[in-house]
Amino acid sequence: MTPPTIEYGLIAPLVVLILAVVAAVIVEAFVPRHTRHRVQLGIAVISQLLALAFVTVGWNDRPGQAVMGALSIDGPTRMIWALLLVFGLLAVLLYGEKRIGGGSTAFAPQANAVPGSLAEREAIAARQENTEVFPLFSMALLGMLVLPAANDLLTMFVGLEILSLPLYVMCGLARRRRLLSQEAALKYFMLGALSSAFFLFGTALLYGYSGSFTLADVDASITRSTQALPLLLAGAGLVSVAMLFKVGAVPFHSWVPDVYTGAPTPVTAFMAICTKIAAFGAFLRVLFVALGGIRWDWQLLLAAVAVVTMVLGSLAGLVQDDVKRMLAYSSIANAGFILVAVVGAMATGTGLDAGRSGSVSGTLIYLTTYGLANTGAFAILTTVRQAGGEATSIDAWLGLARRRPALGAVMTLFLLSLAGIPLTGGFIGKLVAFTAAWQGGYGWLVLFAMAFALVTAAYYLRVVYVMYFAEPNTETDIVHPGWPTGIVITVCALGTLVLGLVPGFALDLFANAANFLR
Amino acid sequence: MNPNAYIVLSSILFCLGLLGFLVRRNALVAFMSIELMLNAANLSFVTFANVHGNLDGQVAAFFVMVVAAAEVVVGLAIIMMIFRTRRSASVDDENLLRH
Repeated sequence: MTPPTIEYGLIAPLVVLILAVVAAVIVEAFVPRHTRHRVQLGIAVISQLLALAFVTVGWNDRPGQAVMGALSIDGPTRMIWALLLVFGLLAVLLYGEKRIGGGSTAFAPQANAVPGSLAEREAIAARQENTEVFPLFSMALLGMLVLPAANDLLTMFVGLEILSLPLYVMCGLARRRRLLSQEAALKYFMLGALSSAFFLFGTALLYGYSGSFTLADVDASITRSTQALPLLLAGAGLVSVAMLFKVGAVPFHSWVPDVYTGAPTPVTAFMAICTKIAAFGAFLRVLFVALGGIRWDWQLLLAAVAVVTMVLGSLAGLVQDDVKRMLAYSSIANAGFILVAVVGAMATGTGLDAGRSGSVSGTLIYLTTYGLANTGAFAILTTVRQAGGEATSIDAWLGLARRRPALGAVMTLFLLSLAGIPLTGGFIGKLVAFTAAWQGGYGWLVLFAMAFALVTAAYYLRVVYVMYFAEPNTETDIVHPGWPTGIVITVCALGTLVLGLVPGFALDLFANAANFLR
Repeated sequence: MNPNAYIVLSSILFCLGLLGFLVRRNALVAFMSIELMLNAANLSFVTFANVHGNLDGQVAAFFVMVVAAAEVVVGLAIIMMIFRTRRSASVDDENLLRH
C-alpha cells in the first residue's frame, strides 16, 4: 500500500493556519491572562500575513491538485484565498479593538456566566477578556479556505463544518445585549445544522448517481448518460439549498437579519463578507465543474432565486430603522446581485469566454468591492455608541456627519459604494457582475437587478441624509477608534476609492484568475 | 441486493427528521431530528457504496459521524447556555429578535 502524498507547497496557507490554531490553543493554556490578548492578536495577524505571503509567492505556479485530489489549487482558489485572508485580517483587527469599548473588546468576558449573574459581574470587575475568540476565528478562516478549494463533495462538507461550528459559537459571545446574542447563536446553529443535513443528503444522492465524490466524476457521469436521473436533480437541488443558505439567499435567508443583528459587530463584519466569499466560491465550483452539464436546469431556477432575493432584500431594507439590521438586509440584496453574476455562466467550467468577463471574475470582483464597503461600514458602526454600548438605531445617527465631518464623509463613501454610485468600487463591482449576466443572455435579469439596485440606494441614501441634514443627537457618543479600527476604516476607504477610480489593474488580476481546474 | 428499499427507507427517515425539526418546539428535540437526517444520509452512503462496489461511501459515513459529534458539542453548549439564562429550551421563546 502506498502512503498518501501531500503537496505541502500548494497547501502552505492551510498549514500555516492549522499551526496558528494549535499555537493559539496552547497560548490560551499557558500564557498569563493579562498578556494573552496581545499574544493572541499577534498570532492571528502574523499567521494570516504569512499565509497571504505563501499565496502571493505561489500565485503564478501551475495549478494543481493537492492531497490525493481532495483540494484543487487553481486560479479561483488562489484569488479567493487572497481575498479571504485580506478580509480576515481586517476582521481580526476589529476583534482586537479595545479602545472603543473603554478598554475591553466586544466579547463577553466570561461567556459561560449567566447574564446579570454574580459570576459575570466578577469577571467584568476583574477586567477579564475572552481571548478564545482568536483560535475560533482562525479555525473558521481555515474552514473558509478549505471550502472553495475542495475538489470533492466530502472535503467540501468538512470545510463547511469547520467554517460553521466556530461561527455559531462566536455569534453568542457579545459583551452587551447578551440575550440577543445567545438567541442569534441558537438560531444560526439550528438552521445551519439543518442546511448541513441538506448538503449531506444531497452529497449522498450525487454519490449514488455517479459513484464518486469528486466533482469532475459527477460531471463525467452527466456527460455519459443523457437522461437526467431524479437522483442527480434531487442531489444537485439539496446541495444548492445548503449553499444558498450559507450565502443568505431567499427563501433561505430568515436567519440573516437576526444573526447579523444579534452577533457582536466584529463577528458580523467577518461573516458578512468572508462566509459569502467562501460559500460563493464553493457554489461556483460545484455549479461549473460538477453540474455544468445540466446548466439549463439550474440557470433559470437560480435566476428566479436571484429575483426574489433582490426583491425581498431591497424592499424589507427600506422599512428598517436600525442601521445594523439595514446592513443585514443589504447583505441579502447583495447576495441577489451576486447570484445575477453566477447565473450568467458564459462557458461552464471556466465561466469565461475569451476576452469577456465571466461569472467567476464578476462574482469575485463584486464580492471584493462589497466587502470593502461593508467591512468599513461595520467598523464605523462600532464607534457610534450610547451609554457605553453600540447605538445602531437610526435615531442615534442623527447629524453624525455634522459632528464628525471626516467620519461622516468616510461612511458616506461606503454607503455610496454599496449603492453602486460611479467613482466608487461598488459601481465597478456591479458593472462587471451585471455585464457577465448580460453577455450570458440574461438581459431581463440585469434590468431587474438595476431596478432593485436603485431601491437599495434609497435606504443607503436615507442614512446619508440623516447624517448630514438632521439635528445632531447629543446623547450619542462618537468614540475615537483605536489603531486597529483606524487601520480597517482607512484600508476600506482607500480600497473603495482605488477600485472605483483606477480599476484596470484589478480587473486584469481577476480575469486571469477565473479558470477552474477540472 | 436490491438497494431500492434502503434508499426509500433513508428518504423516509430524512423527511421524518425534517418534519420533526419543523414541528417540534423543544430545541433539543429539533436538534435530535437533525441527527436523524444525518443518519438518513449515512444509510444512503453505505447503500450506494454497496451498489457501486467502492469504499468511498463507507468512509464518508465515518466522516459524518465525526462531524455530527463535533456539532453535538457546539449545539449542546449553545442550548445549555440559553437554558441557563432563560430556564427554557423552547425555540418559540426566543423571540427578542423580531422585525
